Amino acid sequence: MIIYELAVKGRINKAQNISTTDTLNDIPQKLRRKKRAYLPEVSELQAVRHYTQLSQKNFSIDTHFYPLGSCTMKYNPRACNSLAMLPGFLARHPQSDDSLGQGFLACMHELQDMLKEVTGMQAVSLAPMAGAQGEFAGIAMIRAYHDARNDTARNEILIPDAAHGTNPATAVMCGYRVKEIATDKNGDVDFDALKAAVGPQTAGLMLTNPSTLGVFERRIKEIAALVHAAGGLLYYDGANLNAILGKVRPGDMGFDVIHMNLHKTFSTPHGGGGPGSGPVGVNERLLPYLPIPVVGKKGDTYRIFDEHDIPQTMGRLSAFAGNAGILLRAYIYARMLGKEGMVRIAEYSTLNANYLMKMLEQAGFELAFSNRRATHEFIVTLKKQAKELNVTTLDFAKRLLDLGYHAPTTYFPLLVPECLLIEPTETETKDVLDAFVAAMTTIKKEAEQNPDKVTQAPETMPVRRLDEVRAAKQLDLRWPAKENNA
Amino acid sequence: MPFIPHTDYEVKEMLNAIGADNIEELFDEIPAELKISELKNIPSQLTEMEISRLMHERANQDNTPICFAGGGAYDHHIPAAVWEIATRGEFYSAYTPYQAEASQGSLQVIYEYQSMIANLTSLDASNASLYDGASALAEATLMAVRANRKSKSKRILVPRTVNPVYRKVTHTLVKNQGIKLEELNFDLQQGLIDMASLPAEPGDITAVVIPLPNYFGVLENVDELTDWAHKHGALVIAVVNPISLSILTPPGEWGEKGADIACGEGQPLGIPMSSGGPYFGFLTCKQALVRQMPGRIVGRTLDLDGKPGFTLTLQAREQHIRRSKATSNICTNQGLMVTAATIYMAIMGPDGLEKTAIASHGNNKKMLEKLTSKKSITRTFNQSFFHESVINIAADNASVLKKLAANNIVGGINLKSDYPELGDAILVCATEKRTVKEIDFFTEQLATAIAS
Repeated sequence: MIIYELAVKGRINKAQNISTTDTLNDIPQKLRRKKRAYLPEVSELQAVRHYTQLSQKNFSIDTHFYPLGSCTMKYNPRACNSLAMLPGFLARHPQSDDSLGQGFLACMHELQDMLKEVTGMQAVSLAPMAGAQGEFAGIAMIRAYHDARNDTARNEILIPDAAHGTNPATAVMCGYRVKEIATDKNGDVDFDALKAAVGPQTAGLMLTNPSTLGVFERRIKEIAALVHAAGGLLYYDGANLNAILGKVRPGDMGFDVIHMNLHKTFSTPHGGGGPGSGPVGVNERLLPYLPIPVVGKKGDTYRIFDEHDIPQTMGRLSAFAGNAGILLRAYIYARMLGKEGMVRIAEYSTLNANYLMKMLEQAGFELAFSNRRATHEFIVTLKKQAKELNVTTLDFAKRLLDLGYHAPTTYFPLLVPECLLIEPTETETKDVLDAFVAAMTTIKKEAEQNPDKVTQAPETMPVRRLDEVRAAKQLDLRWPAKENNA
Repeated sequence: MPFIPHTDYEVKEMLNAIGADNIEELFDEIPAELKISELKNIPSQLTEMEISRLMHERANQDNTPICFAGGGAYDHHIPAAVWEIATRGEFYSAYTPYQAEASQGSLQVIYEYQSMIANLTSLDASNASLYDGASALAEATLMAVRANRKSKSKRILVPRTVNPVYRKVTHTLVKNQGIKLEELNFDLQQGLIDMASLPAEPGDITAVVIPLPNYFGVLENVDELTDWAHKHGALVIAVVNPISLSILTPPGEWGEKGADIACGEGQPLGIPMSSGGPYFGFLTCKQALVRQMPGRIVGRTLDLDGKPGFTLTLQAREQHIRRSKATSNICTNQGLMVTAATIYMAIMGPDGLEKTAIASHGNNKKMLEKLTSKKSITRTFNQSFFHESVINIAADNASVLKKLAANNIVGGINLKSDYPELGDAILVCATEKRTVKEIDFFTEQLATAIAS
């Protein structure tokens, strides 16, 4: 049922209906809407019941194990939400005087400081509203740096082939060409290929470490030295920061600029597709180009820094100050973890991943990199099943849904065939991991003995497999009717 | 250990299974010289009770002042049910609906959202959201450059009556792609795009941005502007306030052919002001431009049994497939905010939304009457408005706003740095929430602050 199908013309939700005697006489007729907008006319209960029932059609962290690789689907503490939604925080207009926001600004200033410390950077701006915007801010800063030095011949960004798609898309938005760097057989960047690619045209390198292959880039110091020697800068994609929190810092590895995904590492909600939050950190070199606003402190007073304070800024990324309410949630989470808790995130997410990897290997699954440690995630490849049994990764993923598990990330990174990128996170118990191994084992047996069970899955979800070709060819992007039922 | 469930016994069992002596061994691929021993400058952990005490103190410190500021963030009433439902764990803690069969809830919400926002703007199709209104305008200009194949100039006309921050953000996001943003000036009496300043022979223009209401709250001559843009081969990008669209002509009906793309800030639709975010940007367009849209789009299709269902569609536009050739680098958008906005629109209905718009407009009218009854306060522009307006005051506006803040009033937005030619001008707003008593109080306090 679509909400519009529940609607009946003339049904008015009186509790939300303001009585007003005002008129629109002073607005010229030609600027007035002629026909009322077609929105559903339902009672408040109808709406509440409809959306509650829709919520029940979702898998979520709160309801299911959700080992979606590279997304860090860990528990989102409820306190972070309820405390960020206190009236004093929700009521603050973004352009109200700083004197009316000292409580909020104190949280932001302390969050900047904590993020500086965990990443080893000189300064942090909380402005970017998602990881991809953080990437944009970072590459735009690299560009501003080269431009300020009149070093304008650099027109290329180097990106390993295992990178997220946002990396190359970002480089292009910043006016750069992209050169892909191959990965070697152990999952590291192919150092010789990198060496051959670096040159006077190199503006920078974008690197995720640990990489999306679930391994730590061991030659990072050499990579940093190589790129720096050629005059390029290093960008750190913080998608996998969870794996190394409190153990090793991007700043110490030699990165000049980084972004963090607070909706991953700092457990802010994923919300069915956002909001994210992608603060950036910089070293001294890029300090002058930080995106604005930044929260500063003078004596005991907090103040918002803008273009007057940071005249060479790469600019503004949002109408106000980024996803403020999400930053509050991250702040609360960080304070609850403290210095002791942060390092445990790395330790226990790594423990869970290595345990799960080992148990799946023992259950007969092929690992993409069996000679490597897992970081907080790892890759299983089902190429054997796909080739011999004609049961693909997609089939495994759909069957997992039937057994009560959200599927891991599938078919990413693109260079490992038939892959599952599995990230259990630190907040899951051993029991859950064991049960997941049992479910994978069950599917493996089914694939061998009764493949239809897997290739026809899911059978217990609200819908069976959807016709995606039809979705793209016979576009239906909105409810087609023109008015509510009489 | 906060949120980590492991017992000592389990840790031992797991390490045994892995074949490691201790957890540290699992980090043995990280070069030893890079490792740190401690995070020195991070405070120690707090229990939920302790952090709760701290956050209550800080929230109370910020208080809940009376708000007469708008400028892109508006203090509207939000029905209690909106966030009760939006923060249900099933919405709150799910992610992008990659596994469609296990995400039909989020997917259907987005489909319903796309339907509602398309109807509100009177255009054919919507995406699943962008970050906020400002970045939505940037994406709309990039989209226009892709879509207007006849135009080679990459010139976008952006009137100064468009929110100055939206213009700054757009500049930041598109400047490295060879796009030229050219300003159009406004008439100082009317607060409207100066029609006389439109060139008769403008040359090759890719798109024209038209706001309604504009940043000053004033209603632009959208029909004439749209027709002028189309006559010269440009696409029209509308920047609109979604609440106002329940009473104002929607972009799809502007001029002869309607605007081609509409975008704006979704915050008025049930999202708290919350220091500026998270909000969401909306973007709708004519059917012919659908494949140039950035971001996620949800489509309705059929499953193997012929039963209707929802899935992400047209993904070949997106970064995870197209990589460097994608329409945008956007990945995560503002899903939770869209969920709230959808519930808001369903609960308010067309009538509730219209009453909200009428009452907001009415309150602004009342406020202007009250304010201009004082000699020291004048209206800056003489044209029709929606729910905010520019006033001039007979004192330094920055210090007056400071004094109001000390009395727990957010007195509006200081326009001096963005519009120095307007003098001591303040952008003020009254939504449906403002009472007569609050407006009277504001008037007296403002007059006193000016006089003192």
